[in-house]
Amino acid sequence: MIAVIDYGMGNLRSVTKALEKFTPDVKIINDARALAQASKIVLPGVGAFGDCVKELKKRNLFKPLKKILAERKKPFLGICLGLQVLFENSEENPDVEGLGTIKGKVVRFSFKDSSLKIPHMGWNSVRFLKPDSPLTKNVEDGSFFYFVHSYYAVVQNLQVTLGETEYGGVRWASMVEDGVIFGIQFHPEKSQQAGLKILENFVRL
Amino acid sequence: MLTKRIIPCLDVKEGRVVKGVNFVGLRDAGDPVQCAINYDKQNSDELVFLDITASHEKRSIMLDVVRKVAESIYIPFTVGGGITDIDTIRGLLESGSDKVSINTAAVLRPKFVEEAAKRFGSQCIVVAIDAKRNDKGGWTVFTHGGRCPTELDAVEWAKDAASRGAGEILLTSMDKDGTKEGYDIELTRAISRAVQIPVIASGGAGTLKQIYQAFAEGQADAVLAASIFHYGEYTVTDVKRYLQDKGIPMRM
Repeated sequence: MIAVIDYGMGNLRSVTKALEKFTPDVKIINDARALAQASKIVLPGVGAFGDCVKELKKRNLFKPLKKILAERKKPFLGICLGLQVLFENSEENPDVEGLGTIKGKVVRFSFKDSSLKIPHMGWNSVRFLKPDSPLTKNVEDGSFFYFVHSYYAVVQNLQVTLGETEYGGVRWASMVEDGVIFGIQFHPEKSQQAGLKILENFVRL
Repeated sequence: MLTKRIIPCLDVKEGRVVKGVNFVGLRDAGDPVQCAINYDKQNSDELVFLDITASHEKRSIMLDVVRKVAESIYIPFTVGGGITDIDTIRGLLESGSDKVSINTAAVLRPKFVEEAAKRFGSQCIVVAIDAKRNDKGGWTVFTHGGRCPTELDAVEWAKDAASRGAGEILLTSMDKDGTKEGYDIELTRAISRAVQIPVIASGGAGTLKQIYQAFAEGQADAVLAASIFHYGEYTVTDVKRYLQDKGIPMRM
């Protein structure tokens, strides 16, 4: 069963529907027991870093999830904010600790040139850095995906960068991979065929 | 590279597309779901649905439309029209809408923008501004579908909305809307320079060159267009090809 974690922040319908294209076995869950039973975990999310951590903790999901991630056995896909909370902390809420599965931090876009808009919103391309990654299998390198975010991940260990995107002169890890732990900053459920292919690849892992 | 966005807009009344969409080969051009699928196939970057249902009782029909659209297309879409409270926003987002656009309610009670952005995140709160040129060299904000003038200056209101947490501005020139004379470039540029959030230019698209100007001169991040697409004059793909040839970054 693929567990989609519901922590009360926004719409899970699109992600769930997209996953259901490839498997009937998708369940929206909000408790630790279901998390333990899942064969794969998807953490979608929009909103603020601190709220996400807070809501996970409120549902007693934070610690169990952290433990599962640390074992690196169960495939995990973090989408958008779900990628960001994999890191240790974020400029968005500096006092809040993230899951810390992947070393690094999340920082805000900051441009002197005001013609560079924040959030980074719209379709941008991703350069795939790991030709053998199962997540990007049969997806064309340089494909466009739909992004909407104001913060981005700075990885400590460059080896975890699966995909790289450029905005306003900044190149950052828009996809990360560490064993079976994946994070993607864009919204695959809103990125037409390329996005669906990535979700399919995750389902087939 | 981040590409510029092309966004078709559909007016929906009581669950049906109005303003005579005329797609060749579409069995039911009044069906918002079929129109959405068609625009998705043309590589539209996003879609906007404007709910112009007047009767309050019939507004729930839109939720059903949103659910069906969300199951049929895999691009982001925005729903606007008559949104005045947090519960309506929640309903639309839970039904599968990615963003909502607020217009009159935001002008009447700017704190609504803050509340909505805080609750759902700025990324899904679009503030729509209907602006008309005034005799002082600026633009006045209108509400209620362009029927009621306000005291607000469009540039100042855009800045205020952005500071309150709007994630994007959907800017319609009332002078140009429906004229096919091209976007109000000066207005678009003024707003785009005043705020750091993305600006969608709307109102007046009639030719490919005008769309190019909205990006090149108006500094828009996205353009919204209705009739140019609905009547099959151009497909979204046509527009994108033209713009790409002119050097505007496009997702093809």
